[in-house]
Amino acid sequence: MNKTTVNKTHAEYLQRLKKEKRNVVFVQSFIFIVFIGLWEVSSNKGWIDPLLFSSPKRIGFLLMEKLTNASLFSHVGITLSETILGFLLGTLLGTLFASLLWWLPFLSKVLDPYLVVLNALPKVALGPILIVALGPNFTSILAMGILITIIITIMVVYSAFINVEPNYLKVIQTLGGSKLHCFKEVILPACFPTIISVLKVNVGLAWVGVIMGEFLVAKQGLGYMIIYGFQVFNFTLVLLGLLIIAILATIMYQLVEILERKLIKNR
Amino acid sequence: MAFLQLNCISQTYFSKRSSTTALEDISLSVRKGEFISFLGPSGCGKTTLLSIVAGLFPPTVGSVTLSGELLKGPHPKIGYMLQQDYLFPWKTVKENVLLGLKLRDQQNDRHISKTFSLLKEVGLEGTLDMYPTQLSGGMRQRVAFVRTLATNPEILLLDEPFSALDYQTKLKLEDLVSITLMEHGKTAILVTHDIGEAIAMSDTIILFSKNPGRIIRTFKTPETLKRLIPFEARHHPDYSMMFQQIWEELEQIEQNDSE
Ligand SMILES: Nc1ncnc2c1ncn2[C@@H]1O[C@H](COP(=O)(O)OP(=O)(O)O)[C@@H](O)[C@H]1O
Ligand SMILES: [Mg+2]
Repeated sequence: MNKTTVNKTHAEYLQRLKKEKRNVVFVQSFIFIVFIGLWEVSSNKGWIDPLLFSSPKRIGFLLMEKLTNASLFSHVGITLSETILGFLLGTLLGTLFASLLWWLPFLSKVLDPYLVVLNALPKVALGPILIVALGPNFTSILAMGILITIIITIMVVYSAFINVEPNYLKVIQTLGGSKLHCFKEVILPACFPTIISVLKVNVGLAWVGVIMGEFLVAKQGLGYMIIYGFQVFNFTLVLLGLLIIAILATIMYQLVEILERKLIKNR
Repeated sequence: MAFLQLNCISQTYFSKRSSTTALEDISLSVRKGEFISFLGPSGCGKTTLLSIVAGLFPPTVGSVTLSGELLKGPHPKIGYMLQQDYLFPWKTVKENVLLGLKLRDQQNDRHISKTFSLLKEVGLEGTLDMYPTQLSGGMRQRVAFVRTLATNPEILLLDEPFSALDYQTKLKLEDLVSITLMEHGKTAILVTHDIGEAIAMSDTIILFSKNPGRIIRTFKTPETLKRLIPFEARHHPDYSMMFQQIWEELEQIEQNDSE
């Protein structure tokens, strides 16, 4: 094949890719519009209970109204800071604990069954205890966010630590390195991709912990907004809360993904 | 007094179900500046023996002494190049080759520029900021070689350094490694299962048998070959003669084994 034909087929290939992408986006938008449209119409015509399922228009109006007073922003701010702190601290503390287990193999053998039990336990069930112990406030909700992320972080990161190619450690040892060197130069960088992917999982988990915590404490935050809407039977408010959470969680997940691509581009 | 001395080394690996004796009663001594090859079938304990000499673990029985001093762990005078390059993929070539100096806290200008000139000697001066994944197998092996040399060890342990390379690259690297080690006056132990490589590169060849690993014979390479670089040595009449000799010895072992 000569150069012009190669260029031509390559151009055709790119064209095909572009066309496919366009079709996918088109169908996606179509589904979205039909869904919203159908929802609006069936709510207006009474095909579904408007009290329960509200309607896109009413949710939109409520959002406009809420945007004019500060209460929405304070709810969002509280929930966001709890979630971000929750998954960052959960990942960080979990990684630290996994490091400790790597450093002390005896400890890891001793703690193994306890970790398995803690991992199997639904952490949100500890909510009431946390609230009594730490008070119905920011701290206990943050604790929920951490608790729900830390155990899985410890287990996943520790298992990545001990599965690092042992010959890398031999290289460090023969070059005169200590155990700390082994950890800093090999274990940690080799497991960096794992830690980032745990971070991604934890974004989702932290939302569960925090919203659950806010349900229980019921003072402020998006979780409180939802539970309040439920209690006064204002499902437009419930759905608005849900919508905001969906948007924020997606943005957070995307940010972590960008971070991931930036940090591990050399592998 | 020998420079490096192995005294009656035996190694047995234990597991819950079984124990494997990998090495039995290995004794040998290495002179300063000598180039020794361990030749034997795979599974005869060559890597195990190198790991012991590298100080990675003590042998089940026996000891290693370096200039009369008992070896208790990895030693600055001993450099070990593992069976694969094991370059750190998250470090650049520069960070890889300077790692030994960093770990030993010797990252001064003199040592760094010496390492860079070694990199130049092996023809890799342009790769400093590249990552290992961007390099070919032969280049990676050379980087690993420089990484081992950077801390200036007196003895180099090379575990099948050329086994994963294509034939041409292998011949070229044999010359490069041989010349570099000669110029810097290093002592070397090379592990290989390639008879030709052992003859072309070393002064002494130690033949191992399997199950358990034992020394069966020691060959001295004739003076005529020692002076030549490996590529030329392969074309010398004495090379074929020695090849024949070792070949026959190996045949005999095989026969004894099957009886
Ligand atoms: N860490 C280990 N645990 C148990 N057995 C091992 C271990 N390393 C090597 N062996 C066994 O010891 C013998 C020698 O292995 P090795 O030293 O790798 O031989 P070679 O390098 O000559 O191929 C083999 O039978 C191998 O299965
Ligand atoms: Mg081996």
